[in-house]
Amino acid sequence: MRFSAKFTMLMAVLAVSACTNANRFDNDAVDLNAATGSAGGIVPGSANDPSSPAYFQQTVGDRVLFAIDQSTLSPEARATLDGQVQWLLRNTDYNAVIEGHADEQGTRAYNLALGARRANAVMEYLVAQGVSANRLRFVSYGKERPIEICSQEACYAKNRRAVTIISSGLTS
Amino acid sequence: MKQIVAALAALLLFCAAPGIALAQSGPLRIEITEGVVEPMPYAVPDFVAETAEAQQLGQQISRVIADDLSGTGLFREVPREAHISQVTSFGSPIQFADWKAINAQALITGAVSVSGGQVTVKFRVWDVFAGTELGQGMQFAGTTEGWRRMAHKVADQVYSRITGESGYFDSRVVFVSESGPKDNRVKRLAVMDYDGANVQFLTGSNSLVLAPRFSDDGQRVLYTSYETGMPRVHVLEVGTVQSRILQGQDGVMSFAPRFAPDGQTVVYSLTQGSNTDIWAMDIASGTTRQLTSAPSIETAPSYSPDGSQIVFESDRSGTQQLYVMPASGGEARRISFGEGRYSAPVWSPRGDMIAFTKQNAGRFFIGVMRTDGSEERLLTASFLDEGPTWAPNGRVIMFARETQGAQGASSLYTVDISGRKLTRVRTPEGASDPSWGPLQ
Repeated sequence: MRFSAKFTMLMAVLAVSACTNANRFDNDAVDLNAATGSAGGIVPGSANDPSSPAYFQQTVGDRVLFAIDQSTLSPEARATLDGQVQWLLRNTDYNAVIEGHADEQGTRAYNLALGARRANAVMEYLVAQGVSANRLRFVSYGKERPIEICSQEACYAKNRRAVTIISSGLTS
Repeated sequence: MKQIVAALAALLLFCAAPGIALAQSGPLRIEITEGVVEPMPYAVPDFVAETAEAQQLGQQISRVIADDLSGTGLFREVPREAHISQVTSFGSPIQFADWKAINAQALITGAVSVSGGQVTVKFRVWDVFAGTELGQGMQFAGTTEGWRRMAHKVADQVYSRITGESGYFDSRVVFVSESGPKDNRVKRLAVMDYDGANVQFLTGSNSLVLAPRFSDDGQRVLYTSYETGMPRVHVLEVGTVQSRILQGQDGVMSFAPRFAPDGQTVVYSLTQGSNTDIWAMDIASGTTRQLTSAPSIETAPSYSPDGSQIVFESDRSGTQQLYVMPASGGEARRISFGEGRYSAPVWSPRGDMIAFTKQNAGRFFIGVMRTDGSEERLLTASFLDEGPTWAPNGRVIMFARETQGAQGASSLYTVDISGRKLTRVRTPEGASDPSWGPLQ
C-alpha cells in the first residue's frame, strides 16, 4: 500500500486537461445538408427525404445513450427507438447494424462485452416492437471508437452509446 | 562468488515482500531503506575489438548489456570514466585491485570479432572481491544485424549467474502499435525486442486489431481482428507473418483469446445475445466447449502454467471480480475481495501469482496477488493503466498506460513486482496490449 499512496500523491498534483469537445455530429450534419442542394423541395436520398438514411440519422435519431456501466434503456432511449421502429417498418428495403460502444473508463475486453450488451438491448427492443430480427444485427466496438475525446463525463456520456446504422439490404 | 549469489537471492526474495530490512555483512553489503534496495555495483568495459570492423560493436554491445542490467534495478553500473584498469585483451589477467578500488563488485569482460557478416561475442564474469571467475567464459555467434540479441544473451547469462534466476532480456513482445488521434486511431500488430528495439509490423492498418497473445513457444500469436466486420479470433504464424481466422466460432463475436500452455487449445470469450461466456477450442479440429454459463460477462481468461486452471474476470457479483476455475470449466471460486473492480488477470509463468488491472475511485492500478487472492499489492497507479503481461522469469510486468484528455496516448511501461523501477519502453508510435514472449 505504500506504493499506491506515493503514486496517488504524485497524480494529485496533475492538472486535469481541458476538454476540446469536438462535435462531430454537427460536422456530419453540415456535410449531409450540403448534399441537399438548393432550398425547397425534397431531394431523394437527402436529409429532408423521410425515407433516406440521412433523415433517419438526423431527424429520427440514430443513437441512444446509457448510464455508466449500464445497458438498460432509459425512457428517452425508448422514445428514440420507437421512432426507429416506425422508420424501419415504413422503409423495409433497409437493414440495420447496431453498434455498441463504451467510454474509456474500463478495460478492453470488458468494454467489448458491455458494448455488446448495449447493442443487444437496442436490437431486442426493436424486435419486440415488430422489426424483423433478420433485418438486424449488432457489433460492439468497446472503447475503440469514441466520438468525443475529452476525459470528462460530458464526453463519456456521449460515448456510452448504441448507434443504429442503416444499410441497404433486401435487394431481391 | 557465493556471496554475490546469496546477496542477490536475498534481494530477489525481497521483491515479494517489500519493507523488510536485510542486514548484510562483508563486501557485498545491500542496504535497504524505505523499500529501496541498494543495487549491486558492476563494471562492463567496452568489449575488446579483435578485428577492425568490431570496434563500434564492442562499444554498442557493452552499452546494451549495461542497459539490460541497470534496467532491472538490481544492478548499478560504475561509470567507465571511473575505471582505473583498461581491458585491452580478452586473455589478460584481471587487475582485481583496480576494480575493488572503484567498488565494482562484478566485472564483465568480453571481446567481439567480425568476419564476413558474422559476429562472434565472447565474455567472462568476475567476482571482483573474491578474485575469481563466476561461471565459465562463453561465446555466441550470429549475423552482425543480430548483435543486440547477442548482447541480451550475455546480459541474461550475467543476470542468471548472479541471481540464480533465468533472465528475460533476449525476449520479444507482441503489441498493438497505435497512431492517429483518439477518435480515429489506427491499430496494427507489431513485435519488438523487450527493450523496444527492432520493431516489426505484423498487420496492415485496414482492420482494427486488439490484444495479441504469444503462444508459450513464441511461434504464434492469437489476436482479435475486425477484418470480417465482426470481432473474431485470428492466429498468426510469426515466422511467415501469415494469419487466418480460427474456424468454428459461433455467436455474434469472439475475442480475448489466449493459448493453453500446450499450444493446442485456445480459450476465449464468445458473445451470444447480451451474454458473454468463456469457451475453449481445440485449434486443430475446431471443436469447441463452453466453460462458463452465467448470464453475466465472463472474459479475459488466462491459464495457469500447468494448464490445470483458468483465472478470468466476471461481473456476476455486480462488479468485475477475479475467479479461478478448473481448465475444464465447472465451479469457480472468487479470489478478489478488495475495494473496486478487478479485471484482465494473467497467471505468472512461475505459477505463484496473478497480475491484474484494478479500478477504484476513478483510477487504474496494476497489481499482483497470490493465486488464492491473498497478499494483494498494487504496483502502479494512473489515469488508465491496464493489460499486464509477465516477463518470462515472472519478475517484471509490462503494461499499457494511457494519458488522459483529447491528446491522450498509450505507451508501454515495465515495473518490477515490488513496484520499483517503473520504466517507459520506447516505441516508434503509441503502443498498447503488450504480450511478453518466452526467453529465446
